[in-house]
Amino acid sequence: MTWLLLAEAAVPEGGLFDLDATLPLMAVQVVLLTFLLNSLFFRPVGKVVEEREGYISTSLADAKQKLAQVERLEADLTEQLRGARQSAQTAIVEAEQEVDKLYRDAITTAETEANRTREKARREIEEQREAAQSKLMAKVDQLSSQIIQRLLAVS
Amino acid sequence: MALLPLSLPFAELEVGHHLYWQIGNLNLHGQVFLSSWILIGALLALVVVGTRKLDRDPRGVQNLLEFMWDYLRDLARDQIGEKYYRDWLPFIGTLFLFIFVSNWGGALIPWKIIELPEGELGAPTADINTTVAMALLVSLAYFYAGLSRKGLRFFELYVEPTPIMLPFKIIEEFTKPLSLSFRLFGNILADELAVGVLVYLVPLIVPLPVMLLGLFTSAIQALIFATLAAFYIGEGLHESH
Repeated sequence: MTWLLLAEAAVPEGGLFDLDATLPLMAVQVVLLTFLLNSLFFRPVGKVVEEREGYISTSLADAKQKLAQVERLEADLTEQLRGARQSAQTAIVEAEQEVDKLYRDAITTAETEANRTREKARREIEEQREAAQSKLMAKVDQLSSQIIQRLLAVS
Repeated sequence: MALLPLSLPFAELEVGHHLYWQIGNLNLHGQVFLSSWILIGALLALVVVGTRKLDRDPRGVQNLLEFMWDYLRDLARDQIGEKYYRDWLPFIGTLFLFIFVSNWGGALIPWKIIELPEGELGAPTADINTTVAMALLVSLAYFYAGLSRKGLRFFELYVEPTPIMLPFKIIEEFTKPLSLSFRLFGNILADELAVGVLVYLVPLIVPLPVMLLGLFTSAIQALIFATLAAFYIGEGLHESH
C-alpha cells in the first residue's frame, strides 16, 4: 500500500479543517461529474420521460376526443332509437285503430244486413198475413152471403 | 487504547489524519479522492447500466433512474421555477446524487477493510474540502445564473426591498457557502464519529439505531444541500419586477 504515498516528502500536520489543493480538485471533479451525468443520465432519461409524458398526454387527448365522438354517436343513435320506437308505437296504434274500425264496420254491416233481412221477412209475413186475412174476409163475406141467401130461401 | 485488553480491528477512531498525496508543492487528501472515485464509479456504473436500453415501457434499473430523475426534476422545478429549471437540473441533480452516494457509501461500505498507510477511507463529504468545494460551486453558479440572466441589474437584489438590507445581503453571500459546507461536513463527520464511538464502546447491535439514524440524516443532508443550492440559484434568477 506504499504506492499510495506518492511522495515521501514532509507530510503536513493534518487536522479537521485542513484546506488544501483537495478543494479545487474536488470542485473540478464535481463539475466533470456534472457534465458526465448530464450526458449519461439527465439528458437521455429526461428525453425518455418527457417523450412518454408527451405520448401519454397526446394519447389522453386522443382518447378524450374519441370518447366525445362515441358519446355524440351514442346520443345520435339513442335519438334514432327513440324515433323508431315512437314510429313503431304510432304504427301499432294506427293498426289497432284500423282493426277496430274494420271490426266495427263489419259489425255494422252485419247488423244492418240482419235488420234488413228481418224487416223483409216481417214485411213478407205481414203481406202474407194481410193476403190471408183478405182472402179469409172474402171467404167470410161469401159464406155470410150464402147463409143469408139460405136463410132467405128457407123463410 | 491502553485500557482495552484487546484492540478491536474495526473500532479505531482517527480524526484529522489524512493520506497526503503531494503533487509539486500541492497537498491532496488521498483518502477523499480514493473513496470518491469508488463511489462515483459505482454511481456511473448504475447510470450506464440503467440507461443502456431506454424504453418507453421502463424495466429494471430504468425505473430507478426515472424515479431519481423525476425526484430531482421536482426538486429543481419547485425551487428554480418552470422556466429555467432545465438548465440547472444537471447541476442540482449531480450535487444531490454525489452527496447522497457519498453519505450512504460512507456509512454502508465497510471501508476499514481497506487499510491505508495514513488516515482512513470514509464518506468524501466528511472532509471539509469536499463540502467547501461544492458550496463554492453553488455560489459561483448563483452568481453566474444571476449575472447571465440579468446582467448588472442582478445586484439590484442587494438593495431590495430597501437599501438598509445592503450590508446584510453582502454578509449573506459569505454565510451561504459557509453554512452550506459546514452543515454537511458537520453532520456527516458527527455521524461517523458517533457511530465510531459507539462501535468502539459496544461493538454489537447497540450502534445499529445510531447507524440507521445516520442513514436518515445523510439522506436529509443531501436533500437539504440540493434544495438550498436550487433555492439560491432560483433566487439569483428571480425576476423581481
